Amino acid sequence: MRPLVSQPLIDYCIAQGDDALIFGQRMTEWCYSAPFLEEDLALANVALDLIGRAQMFYQYAAELADDGRSADDIAFLRDARSYTNLLINELPRGDFAFSMARFLLVDTFNVLYLEQLVNSSDSRIAAIAAKAIKESRYHLRRSRDWVVRLGDGTEESHQRMQKGLEEVWGYHKELFIETAGERELIASGVAVDREALYSTWSKQIDTVLAEATLQRPEDGWKVVGGRDGIHTEHLGHMLSEMQYLQRSYPGVEW
Amino acid sequence: MNTIPLVSEAQRERQLRRSDSALPELWTLLDSVTDPEIPVVSLWDLGVLQDIKKDGERLLVEITPTYSGCPAMVEMASEIEKTLTAAGYTNVEVVSLLTPTWTTDFMSTQGREKLREYGIAPPAPKAQGKKIACPQCGSTDSELISEFGSTACKALYRCGDCLEPFDYFKCI
Repeated sequence: MRPLVSQPLIDYCIAQGDDALIFGQRMTEWCYSAPFLEEDLALANVALDLIGRAQMFYQYAAELADDGRSADDIAFLRDARSYTNLLINELPRGDFAFSMARFLLVDTFNVLYLEQLVNSSDSRIAAIAAKAIKESRYHLRRSRDWVVRLGDGTEESHQRMQKGLEEVWGYHKELFIETAGERELIASGVAVDREALYSTWSKQIDTVLAEATLQRPEDGWKVVGGRDGIHTEHLGHMLSEMQYLQRSYPGVEW
Repeated sequence: MNTIPLVSEAQRERQLRRSDSALPELWTLLDSVTDPEIPVVSLWDLGVLQDIKKDGERLLVEITPTYSGCPAMVEMASEIEKTLTAAGYTNVEVVSLLTPTWTTDFMSTQGREKLREYGIAPPAPKAQGKKIACPQCGSTDSELISEFGSTACKALYRCGDCLEPFDYFKCI
C-alpha cells in the first residue's frame, strides 16, 4: 500500500500551479500586442517562466495524487469552478499600465513568499521555490522599474498608472488569505504564512509608489473567492480559449 | 594583467562527476549535443548536463533545466536520446532534476568563451553593477536596452562604441 498523501498538500500544489498558469496564460495575450518589440519579448518570457512554474507544481500534484491524471490533464481538463487561482491572476490584461500595476503587487508578494518557501519542509516544494525565486526577483526588478517610469513620467502615463493601480487594488487582499488546508501545511512547515507577509509587502509597495509619485489607493473594497473556485466572469472565457484544443481533440499530442 | 580563472564550487563538483565517471566515452559523445538556440554551446558547457549513470542495462542522463518554462528543454532531452540511440544505446532515460538548481555558475570557461565568439556576452558572475563588455569590440561602454532578449536567458544591450546591439546571457 502506498503511504497516505495529504489532500491539503495536493490542493496546495494545484493552487500554486493555478496561480502561475492563469497569470502566465493571461500575460501571453500580450504577444504581438505589447507597446514595442522588446516589451513583447519580455512579457512572453515572463509568461513562460510562470507557465513553467505551473508545470512543476502540477507535476508534483499529479505524482502525489497518483490518480492517473497527468500535469497536462490538470491544466487542460478542469472547468473554471475547479480552478483555485487567486482572482488577481485572471483579470483581463487591461492596458499596459494595469498589467504593470498587477505585476508589481504580485511580483512583490511572490518574492517575499518564495524567499520563505525555499525553506519548506517538503524538499520538492523547496526545490521548485529555489528555481522560481530567481525568476520572480528578475520579474520584480522589471515591474518596479516600469511602475516608477510610468508613474513618474508624463501626465498621461501618470494618470494611467494611477488608474491601473486603483482598478487592481481591491484584488490584493486575497494574496494574504489562508485556506484551512494551507494552515495545516503552515503548521507542518510545508507552506508559508501569507498573513505574516502583509506588513513587509505593504511597506515595499509604499516605497515604490512614493518613488513613482503615485497615491496608494484606499482599502475600501476587496474581491475574494478564487481559492474556493468562485471566479470572475473572465476566467471561463480564458479557459475556453486555453483548453480549446484538448477539449475539441481529446488526447491530441504533437 | 594575467588573471587566474576561478571555477565555482558547483562547477567543480560537476567537473569531478565527469572526470571520475566510469563512462567517459558517453560524456564525450554527448559533447556533440548543443543548445538548440545557441548551437555553439554544448549541454555540458551550458551546465545543463549533470551526470550520466548506469542503472543495470539502462542509461540515466541527468539534466537541470535552465529556466522553468524554457521551451528548449524538451528539444535537449530528445537530442540526448537520439544521439545515444544512434550510438547503439537503446535503453536511455533522461531525467530532469530540480536540485541542484541550475545557475550560470555551472557554465564552463570554454562555454563562456564560445558564447563571446558567437556574439553573446557571457554571464559575468562577479560583475553585478559592472558594465557588460561588448562581445564584438570588447568595449565596456554598454547600456541595457531590455531586461529580456530573444530568449528568457538573455537580456538586450547596446554598445556605446561600435553601436551594435548584442545579447547578454543573464547571470542567475
